[in-house]
Amino acid sequence: MSSPIDTTNNPAARRPRTPWQLFWERLRRRRFAMAGAWILVGLYAFALFAGFVAPSDHERQDRERFFHPPTIPRIQGWWLVVPRYEQVKAGPFVYKARRDDVKPVQFFVRGDPYKLFWLIPTRVHFFGTGESTHPIFLFGTDQFGRDIFSRILYGSQVSLSIGLVGIALSFSAGMFIGGISGYFGGRTDTLIMRLCELIMSIPGLYLILSLRATFPPNLSSTHVYLLIVVILSFIGWASMARVIRGMTLSLRERQFVLAARALGLPTWRIIVRHILPNTLSYVIVAATLSVPYYILGEVVLSYLSVGIQEPDASWGNMLTAAQNTEHLQSYPWLLAPGAAIFVTVLAFNFLGDGLRDAADTKSN
Amino acid sequence: MWSFVLKRFTHLIPILLGVSLLTFLLMSMTPGDYYTALENNPQVTPQKLVELRAKWHLDQPWHVQYFYWLKNALQGDLGYSMAYKVPATELIGSRLWNTFLLSLAATIITWAVALPLGIWAAVKKDSWVDRFCAGIAFLGLSIPEVLLALLALLFAYATGWFPVGGAQSSLHDTLSGWEQFRDRCHHLILPAVVLAASSLAGIMRQMRSNLLDTLRADYVTAARAKGLSEGWVVYKHALRNAINPLLTIFGYSLAGLLSGAFIVENIMAWPGLGRLTLEALNAKDYPLVVATVVMATGLLVAGNFIADILLAWSDPRIRLKE
Repeated sequence: MSSPIDTTNNPAARRPRTPWQLFWERLRRRRFAMAGAWILVGLYAFALFAGFVAPSDHERQDRERFFHPPTIPRIQGWWLVVPRYEQVKAGPFVYKARRDDVKPVQFFVRGDPYKLFWLIPTRVHFFGTGESTHPIFLFGTDQFGRDIFSRILYGSQVSLSIGLVGIALSFSAGMFIGGISGYFGGRTDTLIMRLCELIMSIPGLYLILSLRATFPPNLSSTHVYLLIVVILSFIGWASMARVIRGMTLSLRERQFVLAARALGLPTWRIIVRHILPNTLSYVIVAATLSVPYYILGEVVLSYLSVGIQEPDASWGNMLTAAQNTEHLQSYPWLLAPGAAIFVTVLAFNFLGDGLRDAADTKSN
Repeated sequence: MWSFVLKRFTHLIPILLGVSLLTFLLMSMTPGDYYTALENNPQVTPQKLVELRAKWHLDQPWHVQYFYWLKNALQGDLGYSMAYKVPATELIGSRLWNTFLLSLAATIITWAVALPLGIWAAVKKDSWVDRFCAGIAFLGLSIPEVLLALLALLFAYATGWFPVGGAQSSLHDTLSGWEQFRDRCHHLILPAVVLAASSLAGIMRQMRSNLLDTLRADYVTAARAKGLSEGWVVYKHALRNAINPLLTIFGYSLAGLLSGAFIVENIMAWPGLGRLTLEALNAKDYPLVVATVVMATGLLVAGNFIADILLAWSDPRIRLKE
């Protein structure tokens, strides 16, 4: 595009771009990866502002509106209005929208108290009608009359953070142990690799459930959260360590490592500062693609009711309500948390795939 | 070849030993045992509990228990299920078979669909077929098994075409041989399809990229230059070499398959090992837990073993290197 004369005239263009800049440019060109990234930014923002965006508290039960269908807002004149839903039949809950009885949707409305960022007590919610006769249930309600949309938002705090914390734990452990294993070799290497093989030869969920059983069943949700992260990381580090070990084996023969050793640097410094940074592009791609594993791990554990306990919300324990096939057919909105999981995993896969293509300079 | 098989086989022993030891250690760390629930039962005297615990060596330290277990296991006795009051081997037999059946059916479906689609996508690279397959692969990779299994149950319930969960109908025993077989297949289809859907995507993408790699090789160009037909080049020259690396993938995919089977079994009420493990854990029936985990691991390492042998059989370089 630009002629050689242009580049010499422009001092900025003469400066060679760093590998990270090149990586970033390649990533920017991948539409799906960027879409995935933006979806994730949105989801994490929702999780951070869950209390504000959610119209009601995740524990609030509306005992007059079990299995309420999703509220459909519409435009009337200059207002966005929601109708009141009237129960037609009590047994199988059937509701009908009263089009003549509507209330306008208001923004920054007062509702259930919550703490913004777990710190600031407030009652201001993003939207609502401000009246208990006209609640807004965007995704309907569950068998206890709780707002599924609000619960998904509160649940996303668990599901979305568990992936990041889990990755941080298992990948730092995996990198470090793999680095040590590959760098030292010999008996240390054999021992660590046998341990990895052992962990990897037990089918994942069997090991996860056995590990979970070693702790009392009725823990508080905070404890269970930590426990799930630790258990999933305890299994996750093994595969990471194996790959990092393989990379370290070849890296340690390279000249820059020899130079570092000749300079008399301590071993840990060589591993942490000289060898491991060279594995980073692989690690970032692998990390993005493994986040879903942690999210799904929590979902399965909570679904089998050994994870996050009611009334606290998580995407897994919300799906337990969908276990009843009869309910599921009459009230399909019970699957909404499943859709949330799907969108999140899809976004991570899009981003991870794009990162891998952008990191792979050879095939271009 | 035989020395390779033998060598690989001896690799299995330390793994199974290690897994049983690890599971035993975990179960010993678990609070309470099967008899803890009986402690509050006024009909059971503390004296009786002491006797019962002594009978199953539960009063011993865990490593002593482990040696008792190992001694029996080597004689084919995997312990006694306290909840079901029968030997664990009796319970595991049919469950292991069910899990094996489910995994086998899922594997057959996966490969029967993934290989042709992968080949098709590679041959028609960058066409709408390729994009369509890539889209399907992305959906398959991203849809969680929990959600898919629930959707399958909903589908079965709404249409009535398939039974809602279970492995056989309640009238199974009264049916004739052929009808029993049809009944089992009818129950198997939906769980197998759900399980297959998740591993399908990975294998399809792998097949596509392998075939694309081989199609770039020099001997393929040479074959084309000779004037061979495109079909002959792809299916006779390139495909054979492209399939080889998939055998390794087969070994790797087994772990995911068994974990997936665990989810599918528990949601779709398929009476397999995973369901038994969960039931045993809830009942604190630890001998049964150890037995099921060891069996599931056995299934996994046996699958890996077969994959290794197949790989060595198809690629002489591997068996000569060892």
